[in-house]
Amino acid sequence: MNTMNQKMSADDIEALLPWYATGTLDRSEAAQVEAALAADPGLARRLDLVREEMTEAILLNEALGVPSARVMENLFKAIDKERKVARAPVARSGLGSWLADLFTPRAFAFAAAAAVVVIMLQAGIITKLLLQDRVDASYEPQSASTSPTRGFEIGSFALVRFAPQASIADISRFLDSHDAVIVDGPRPGGADGMYRVRVARTYVNKDELERLVREFQSSNLVSMAVPTE
Amino acid sequence: MQVLFARHQVRVYRFVLRLVGNQAVAEDLISEVFLDVWRQADRFEGRSAVSTWLLAIARFKALSSMRRKPEEELDEEMAGGIEDSSDDPEVAVQKKDKGAALRKCLQELSPEHREVIDLVYYHEKSVEEVAEIVGIPEATVKTRMFYARKRLSELLKAAGIDRGWP
Repeated sequence: MNTMNQKMSADDIEALLPWYATGTLDRSEAAQVEAALAADPGLARRLDLVREEMTEAILLNEALGVPSARVMENLFKAIDKERKVARAPVARSGLGSWLADLFTPRAFAFAAAAAVVVIMLQAGIITKLLLQDRVDASYEPQSASTSPTRGFEIGSFALVRFAPQASIADISRFLDSHDAVIVDGPRPGGADGMYRVRVARTYVNKDELERLVREFQSSNLVSMAVPTE
Repeated sequence: MQVLFARHQVRVYRFVLRLVGNQAVAEDLISEVFLDVWRQADRFEGRSAVSTWLLAIARFKALSSMRRKPEEELDEEMAGGIEDSSDDPEVAVQKKDKGAALRKCLQELSPEHREVIDLVYYHEKSVEEVAEIVGIPEATVKTRMFYARKRLSELLKAAGIDRGWP
């Protein structure tokens, strides 16, 4: 990659806009892109196009759903089968040794059970904290990448982009009326205005989640809503 | 391993699903990916992020799986792509939903272009990481991303949305 000493051409900088938008450039490249953006309003407009593309690519991928429990079952079966076949101990080192020790079916079963208990406890505590935090306000933006709660909440979720004209008060009333809360967002790296919203307190099936998302989508306060895990 | 699997399975699944276009095949493949990770864990040297390593294995397995299929089956599947109930781009434009039109056009990109777009925008991979996953030089990653975005603009233009770029 380029260093600070190598000044990039306008074409080079333009080619880096997608990585600038996702925050994956090193410091010197990001600084050069920022300087070019400050000097060229046209480049800033093209960065907006990149951000549009990024938002929709995220929505497209988030809408793909999640793998079924069959994946985990197949993995267990395959590992169990391999361990039965290869009874002789195999010398491993580093991460390999760690994984081999941990990933016996029996150890995995205990670990999984323990993990479920820990996660349930965490989820209970976090949910309680979140709900306490939202007694006075159901709007609490936070960074997706730094949120300690991400992946541990109980409920059903959607990615929601609110309409530009929607006020905080409108959004709060709307969320209250749907018993929903913002748990994450706005998404970092340019997907401005997209929030992860808990639309139901419990896990609901796909049809019910889609119905809830359609309900959100039908509001003029919401410009886009898609189911997410 | 439990944490590794829980943390990465969804993104690896989505990456593979976008490549193979079939949910059952994608699920089988990610089982194989994590099985390989268990088998080859001692080969992981920590020079790249775990997610980058996983995506590189997943990509190799997805492409191998697609090569094993008869040509006609592959063509049919690739042409069908992932099930998509949204309107076609022109209808989406008529409905003034630019986002939906953009998503539709993203689906219409070639597999090569879709892949680089997904890796950069959704998986948030750097130039170096994309190069490692796809197995191409960094300069080619940038060029491919540029042409993927250019093609996207052309598809949008054909659907009635002129973004004024390139």
